[in-house]
Amino acid sequence: MRNVYLSADNIITPLGFTTGENAINMLEGKTGIRLIADEKISPVPFYASLIDSESLDTRFSSIGEPDKYSRFEKMAICSIKETVASTSIDLTGSRTLFILSTTKGNIDLLENNSFDKRLYLWNTARLLQRQFNFRNEPLVISDACISGVQAIITGARLISAGLYDNCVINGTDIISEFVLAGFNSFKSLSTGPCRPFDKTRDGLSLGEGSGTIILTSGPDASGNDKILVSEGFSTNDANHISGPSRTGEGLFIAISRVLQKSSLKIDFISAHGTATSYNDEMESVAINRAGLQDVPVNSFKGYWGHTLGAAGVIESIMSIYSMRNNILFNTLGFSVPGVTNPLNLVSVPVKKEINNCLKIASGFGGCNAAVLFYRK
Amino acid sequence: MKKNSVISGYCSIRNNKVVVDDKLLFECPSENFGGFAAAIYRHFSISYPKFHKMDNLGKLGFLSAELLLKERNINERYSGEKTGIILMNSASSLDTDRRHQETIKNRNEYFPSPAVFVYTLPNVVIGEICIRHKFFGEGNFFVMEKFNPSFMADYLSQLIDNNIVECCIAGWVEIDGDNFESVLFLVEKNRGTETGIVNFEAATIELIYNSK
Repeated sequence: MRNVYLSADNIITPLGFTTGENAINMLEGKTGIRLIADEKISPVPFYASLIDSESLDTRFSSIGEPDKYSRFEKMAICSIKETVASTSIDLTGSRTLFILSTTKGNIDLLENNSFDKRLYLWNTARLLQRQFNFRNEPLVISDACISGVQAIITGARLISAGLYDNCVINGTDIISEFVLAGFNSFKSLSTGPCRPFDKTRDGLSLGEGSGTIILTSGPDASGNDKILVSEGFSTNDANHISGPSRTGEGLFIAISRVLQKSSLKIDFISAHGTATSYNDEMESVAINRAGLQDVPVNSFKGYWGHTLGAAGVIESIMSIYSMRNNILFNTLGFSVPGVTNPLNLVSVPVKKEINNCLKIASGFGGCNAAVLFYRK
Repeated sequence: MKKNSVISGYCSIRNNKVVVDDKLLFECPSENFGGFAAAIYRHFSISYPKFHKMDNLGKLGFLSAELLLKERNINERYSGEKTGIILMNSASSLDTDRRHQETIKNRNEYFPSPAVFVYTLPNVVIGEICIRHKFFGEGNFFVMEKFNPSFMADYLSQLIDNNIVECCIAGWVEIDGDNFESVLFLVEKNRGTETGIVNFEAATIELIYNSK
């Protein structure tokens, strides 16, 4: 079993085009979630965190012609480009694998042509692969809301097993009428910016984002301090396809398996925290069952909403930022505890040495995932 | 790849035929997928009301797992936590994506439904199989142009070698327009070399997949 190190990363959300820009805005308490009245994607106004198209095109124009790429492709390319440029690792050889984590890819193209080749996720991944001269056939992971965490777990396993030396992992999803109408039909959208774990929470806010992170078998020479990925696990609740288990069974098993593999005392938990009534309650049950109720925990969803297939990647990157900068971000939107099991929610930004972070996620299909990042 | 993992069975549903462990168990020509799936359900006297709510990908994966696992008693030999499901296809959930799109294309007939939308995620079929058989272990859905036996062999091997799973249902489950194809394999860690059991390796997976 080889060690797996974290190298360069990037986050694109309405709060910025780099991880650092996002962090600065987050520490100022800013959110990307706002009221949007756009009849093209919803008959009624809604709260979401959407990336400004003009800013995206301006950013992209140094790379390619904005009109020739879809919104999804532009976001992913900008994020991968920024990441690849900030590492000294050669990623064009046969020992590098590109992994795309997404739930819906170019789904906004479906309304024009339901058999458009660009709708196929493997095809989208190939376009990105070619753009960056990654040599191997890319891998697409589509596991609902755990996709991003699952992509990191999978990439780490493939490196650990010696099948590859580097994995470039990109998680991206856009918010289209398709997704909005679906979540609306589930009545799971919040009436204002989402309020994770809060007593008054009433649903999630959707968000657009793209995040990229490089995993590698040797410490990166770029100067980042040495943070590693430990073995992570995914599980299933075997309970319901669209609602989490009341006992938090699957998430509890995933967390327990991570804890069994590591003797570390957990410093920080980055929760899924979608701000739906059921999800947050389930997480509080699972965290308590695992005996981690005193560990500082936050949800990033109040800053940029639920970014679906990007969420696990973006939130892992921001958790790693927390470790590198010894800062715990508060759970924006949270003020009064609203889950039945006690949690140590981070409610104001805290300066604190953080040597490890447990990242968890859960999603439709009853899936759950947990992975640990730690400093050596 | 460690020698003690084996393919102890497979089930393919394609070309309007159901084949389990090289035996043709059912054939029903000239039916579309919906009709064929219903015919399989009746022919094998399956009784599982949730089946009727599933989308096509769900039905295909469910039926394949049902017939693959029949009379193999894997729940007696493996804990649910050590049983995983690893699936792959090319079209993700596009079949249901197109159905969901139909419900929102016209503002005068705007009826998006949660019962359809939940299936616009390919991994939901994994959830359906887990619910049916009480599997709690590793689940992952990969999207690739064509079935890749060597990737499946590599990926499953490290899951088995690292004791993440001891038993795994893995393979290809594809629905796209009128085309459908599933080939699911049962891979087990702790089995001897009994009759009909073959070593788990990419070449064997490929051979079975190509034996149309």
